[in-house]
Amino acid sequence: MAAIVSTPATAEPLAPQAGSAASARPLRIALIGNPNSGKTSLFNQLTGLNQKVGNFPGVTVDRKSGFAQLTPVQRAEIVDLPGTYSLYPKSLDEKVITDLLYDRAAANYPDFVVVTVDANNLRRSLLLFTQLGDLGLPAVLALNMMDVAERHGIRIDLPALERELGVPIIPMNARNGSGVAALKIVMAQRLDAAPVRFWEPDEKLLPLVRQIRYYFDLHNDYLALHYAQQYRHISFLSADDKAHLQELTHKYGFDATAQQAAETIARYARINEILLETVTVTRTETREPVSNRIDKVLTHRIGGYLIFLGILFLLFQAIFAWAQYPMDWIDQGISALSAAIQANASGPLVRLLTEGVLAGLGGVLIFIPQIALLFGFLAVLEETGYMARVTFLMDKLMRPFGLSGKSVVPMISGLACAVPAIMGARTIESWKDRMITIFVTPLMSCSARIPVYTVLVALVVPDQAAWGIFNLRGVTLMGLYLLGLFSALGSAWVLKKLLKARERSYFIMEFPVYQWPRWKNVALTIYQKVQAFVLQAGKVIVAISVLLWVLASYGPGQQQETAEAQVRQQTTAQGWDEDEVSRRVASARLETSYAGSFGRALEPAIRPLGYDWKIGIALLTSFAAREVFVGTISTIYSVGQDADMGTLQEKLRAEKDANGQPFFTPARAFSLLVFYVFAMQCMSTLAVTYRETKSWKWPMAQLVYMTGLAYVAAFAVYQVLA
Amino acid sequence: MATRRTAKDLRLGETGTICCLEDPEMALKLLEMGCVPGVKVRLSGRAPLGDPLMLVLGDQEYTLSVRASEAANILLKE
Repeated sequence: MAAIVSTPATAEPLAPQAGSAASARPLRIALIGNPNSGKTSLFNQLTGLNQKVGNFPGVTVDRKSGFAQLTPVQRAEIVDLPGTYSLYPKSLDEKVITDLLYDRAAANYPDFVVVTVDANNLRRSLLLFTQLGDLGLPAVLALNMMDVAERHGIRIDLPALERELGVPIIPMNARNGSGVAALKIVMAQRLDAAPVRFWEPDEKLLPLVRQIRYYFDLHNDYLALHYAQQYRHISFLSADDKAHLQELTHKYGFDATAQQAAETIARYARINEILLETVTVTRTETREPVSNRIDKVLTHRIGGYLIFLGILFLLFQAIFAWAQYPMDWIDQGISALSAAIQANASGPLVRLLTEGVLAGLGGVLIFIPQIALLFGFLAVLEETGYMARVTFLMDKLMRPFGLSGKSVVPMISGLACAVPAIMGARTIESWKDRMITIFVTPLMSCSARIPVYTVLVALVVPDQAAWGIFNLRGVTLMGLYLLGLFSALGSAWVLKKLLKARERSYFIMEFPVYQWPRWKNVALTIYQKVQAFVLQAGKVIVAISVLLWVLASYGPGQQQETAEAQVRQQTTAQGWDEDEVSRRVASARLETSYAGSFGRALEPAIRPLGYDWKIGIALLTSFAAREVFVGTISTIYSVGQDADMGTLQEKLRAEKDANGQPFFTPARAFSLLVFYVFAMQCMSTLAVTYRETKSWKWPMAQLVYMTGLAYVAAFAVYQVLA
Repeated sequence: MATRRTAKDLRLGETGTICCLEDPEMALKLLEMGCVPGVKVRLSGRAPLGDPLMLVLGDQEYTLSVRASEAANILLKE
């Protein structure tokens, strides 16, 4: 052991392509493997970096990297690549891999790769491994889930397999971390490419392959063959290069599909030979694996849907009933604090603090319980492997709408946040399915809408039981979510008719084995999401709250003073008491403030929906992010009100219209609710749609379509209910 | 031709052996996922609406979910 550790890694000859400056930088190691082979778990074990592990194939959408301390003196940069079954990419996130591995000159080109292999699925896992080996990449094989394989009676002759594959093999269990220490020791050595070749291009292909190889100065034939196969999708090739490759492949009559099929079959034949000599299987159990038996229940004809519905219902129950208690504590805590400060001090700065900062901050903190519960729930469903079953259950249902079962995961994630959900749509191979999914996902009610829903529903829907067991408010909220869902499905159906398919849609997918969620990962996900919400959304919300307070407290010129004087003049004539005077003064001052002017400018456009200029201000600020709505109305309705006016609910109830009646009638509240269900009010979503579709056409279409839909629907609701 | 059977025609719980794959493009995807000629395939379940199918490959090795239209490209040996 000591001999291995003491081998100074830097004394090893550097890989020739690494260049002379390489000794200054840490090793660069890429992790690659099939989906569900434990790759991301291994990444976490190595780097300790906070990062999400999921069970749904393709949760690793972006390339993630972190640093691992291999030995006390040596660090390595670890890059986590998306899960893939071969080096011939089928989906967008698999293309990340080819871009990285085909270009030796790339800044991120790895010194070697660690291939994670599921010991239970050796045959299929080795397909990718042999391709990587033939590319001439130095590799280590991390043989994962050895414990499970042994229980299943799979015996692997490791020394023999090492000889056959020509690389070091480290047996391990990435979930509990056993074997990771040994892997780190091997990783700390500078590895050379294995001399073993598993497959060589056929003689007939050689003229084409060699011509490409010499033209691009490539180091081996197999890489040249991949250029011939995939030049259209390789991002670092210039247009001239691509044209040249097209000419060459055409000239030699290269049939990419036939070649790829022949290669894959030949590789499997070679792998079978290797496994015949190195692996013996003695099945001890004749029973079906536990996972299959669980599937019998969870994907049952009727039971499957009932369980899925039950899980969704539990999710809503958790978010809207259980979360209420901690939310009330936060709300009361903030208003108590605010009242305590106002009781002990006064002046413009204290008002800025209580009416601006604290009011805005309260609007952020109060939603932590709901966001934590939602992301926790989704993380558990993903961790256990249930999400993959949901796609299976839903595929047939989704297809009439132009979506596939794979659209369900982005759409369910859209309940949390459309931004990661839209990125998650990368796992959908078909361009058309993917575009439709991206387009309609923002219609799913995301967590940023929760604040708006909760506040307005609580305002106009009584807190009473419905049909015995349900809470009327809960039912209303469920209705809003269903409205979002059905509008998403309807829009998808329309798009299906409008768009032309570019390629066929696949649904071939592996089912991950059920497993208990790793609670540490779930807790980590919740922590990261809450932190992101508080720090990122929170900053915007508090900043906008403070800005709004200033805009609402001060006005252009002497207008505010003039308005106040007018109100006071009428006092004696109208016989108002002191409370009424201060309320009217505050209202007049707000109306003539800067914010009031903006809202007034907008009012003609939103009056048909039942909104006044105060809501107009909130709508304007909501276009940065929806959750700002609550902070905004909280700030606007705080200005000039009594400090002991407590919670946001009380503030909204106290708001009166011109006739002295409560302003927030059911008609107005529902019109607003429907507006928020449909409207595209999220800069981040538009930005991510642009990034994912690489065109402004899609985000602009989303903005116009969703906001138009919101206007029309809110108009209809208000006119019918009012 | 009349006796041609595919993975789509398997009865629930029935096992067949893959003979060959049709439709070159689909075949590539199936091959990569381990649907190689000679491998055993068992229909272990159907989604509640009859589609997609749940196929267990090899000797209880792993489960794939495929649409019936995709399974129709997996020809079985007699």
